[in-house]
Amino acid sequence: MAYVAVKGGERAIDNAHAWLAESRRGNLDNPLLSLEQIEQQLGRAVDRVMAEGSVYDRELAARAIRQAQGDLIEAAFLLRAYRTTLPRFAATEPVETATMQCRRRISAIFKDLPGGQRLGPTYDYTHRLLDFSDDPAPPPAPGVPAEPTPIPPVHVIMGREGLLEPDPHTGKPPADLTREPLAFPADRSSRLQAIARGDEGFLMGLGYSTQRGYASSHPFVGELRVGEVAVEMTPPELGFAINIGEITLTECQMVTQFRGSRSEKPQFTRGYGLAFGHNERRAMAMSLVDRAMRAEELDEPVSAPAQNVEFVLSHCDNIEATGFVEHLKLPHYVDFQSELEILRRIRTEAGDGA
Amino acid sequence: MNGYNFAYLDEQTKRMVRRAILKAVAIPGHQVPFAGREMPLPYGWGTGGIQVTASVLGASDVLKVIDQGADDTTNAVSIRRFFARTAGVRTTTHTAEATLIQTRHRIPEQALREDQIIVYQVPAPEPLANLEPRRAETRQMHALAEYGAMHVKLYEDITRFGHVSISYDYPVMVNHRYLMSPSPIPAFDNPKMHMMPALQLFGAGREKRIYAVPPYTHVRSLDFADHPFRPTCAPAMCALCGAGNSYLDEVVTDDLGGRRFVCSDTDHCATRQAETA
Repeated sequence: MAYVAVKGGERAIDNAHAWLAESRRGNLDNPLLSLEQIEQQLGRAVDRVMAEGSVYDRELAARAIRQAQGDLIEAAFLLRAYRTTLPRFAATEPVETATMQCRRRISAIFKDLPGGQRLGPTYDYTHRLLDFSDDPAPPPAPGVPAEPTPIPPVHVIMGREGLLEPDPHTGKPPADLTREPLAFPADRSSRLQAIARGDEGFLMGLGYSTQRGYASSHPFVGELRVGEVAVEMTPPELGFAINIGEITLTECQMVTQFRGSRSEKPQFTRGYGLAFGHNERRAMAMSLVDRAMRAEELDEPVSAPAQNVEFVLSHCDNIEATGFVEHLKLPHYVDFQSELEILRRIRTEAGDGA
Repeated sequence: MNGYNFAYLDEQTKRMVRRAILKAVAIPGHQVPFAGREMPLPYGWGTGGIQVTASVLGASDVLKVIDQGADDTTNAVSIRRFFARTAGVRTTTHTAEATLIQTRHRIPEQALREDQIIVYQVPAPEPLANLEPRRAETRQMHALAEYGAMHVKLYEDITRFGHVSISYDYPVMVNHRYLMSPSPIPAFDNPKMHMMPALQLFGAGREKRIYAVPPYTHVRSLDFADHPFRPTCAPAMCALCGAGNSYLDEVVTDDLGGRRFVCSDTDHCATRQAETA
């Protein structure tokens, strides 16, 4: 009977899961992908999943990627749903990116600057030609510094003249939207947290739109740096900070125009981007969107989507977005039925009798 | 389940959710923001309802989960299993046996009692969202009870179609004060909310809002004196149990326009069939 076919059931779900597991594993003649392989050879995927999954753990991210068949949003979802169950012991000190051990650091606004330009491992100048040779082992790369040195950040170098806005100091502890619901108007710390874990594609599209005239801010990459920073925390029983490890970060300082306002002299302003792992696209897009969302604060007209804080923050989270888009697959026949009935009634009352 | 707390959420989180619930009960129909957590089920699939259920569930509770009125729809099965697995509570399909009912898109046909709680899954808690998308604005509209825009919408429907064209998620006034989304239940179910003896809790996970209708609270579907609220249902009887006053699903039986109508509430239908058998 059709009725039975319409409604699902326990066995259907079990069978679907079994089929999924089988198709995920693929041909059993091929060995299972190891987590180390994913972590090392699909590192950029791991970085993205850590950023959107909002937890820095390369092994867990690799596990999630394998479990999700490489679907990175699904993998980020797995990670988020896991992290939310973990107890929170303490907060670390803010990481100091000025002391980052940079493997890459470039500035697009000065030909040379203290610390120099360092390309590092980048795809930027590769020719995008598919490589048909399965090269087993590349030769060791020359020019990798044995001991990378800290490089002074460009805003510190530039800041002395007052041409560039200084780091903001609100004195308030930053918001945490994993513990407090997002409320509007949202301060900059909640905005940055939301877009730091926001969907890379959504941020890139919004950032791109600001370059094409929707909230143009004439951006320049003041500095982009990738490297390792130390993570420190202060256990209450010790009273001083201890190093508990290091993480890889990508940071972007986007320098943008600012015409000045009634109360402020004209100076360059900054958009800020920070991403777990090596992900320049994410950090740059984030910095463009961060700057666009500061329009109101800087007395600029608010007209473009990227400047609309509520629009950006309500739609940047891909875990929320994918869930709600895909929930349309769930049965809606009760609602649809009531729509059918009301449409029939309206048509009958329209009196056409057709 | 190994490695997880009873009913998945840790106790601190449950306490946070229960505080939001208490506030919601104290201000019927008012949306209380809460720090919704990621759940192992996707947003839009009942995460708000699941968090509410997880926070009020006790070991002795008997849980019923329905979607579209039915216990055997895939997502209802999935959520019921989630709690069977993470909380080990007894589950049931019988409305009368349940102490806690989580639902998507329906209210059971059988009247609920004082010792029961019904938890609604809510996709879009803001009833004014289609009229004003900015939440900062709608919050103010609620604070000032400024609901004229919704009345204008209903009025425009009446001038265009002869009556209100909202068929589900039909807005209600709770306790004469707050405009509230009843979640996407058919308008047919709205009258059941009025003076219901059971506690009604609403969870919206993605939008991070909780709201409530305490027992025996006045709930009125918006209407006009000359255009009273009229719920709709298919003008038919259930093909399986013969019920003439329950909400009916339409089942298409062939491609020649053949169809039959059956109760959307599977437990109600099965109980009636058992009684007549």
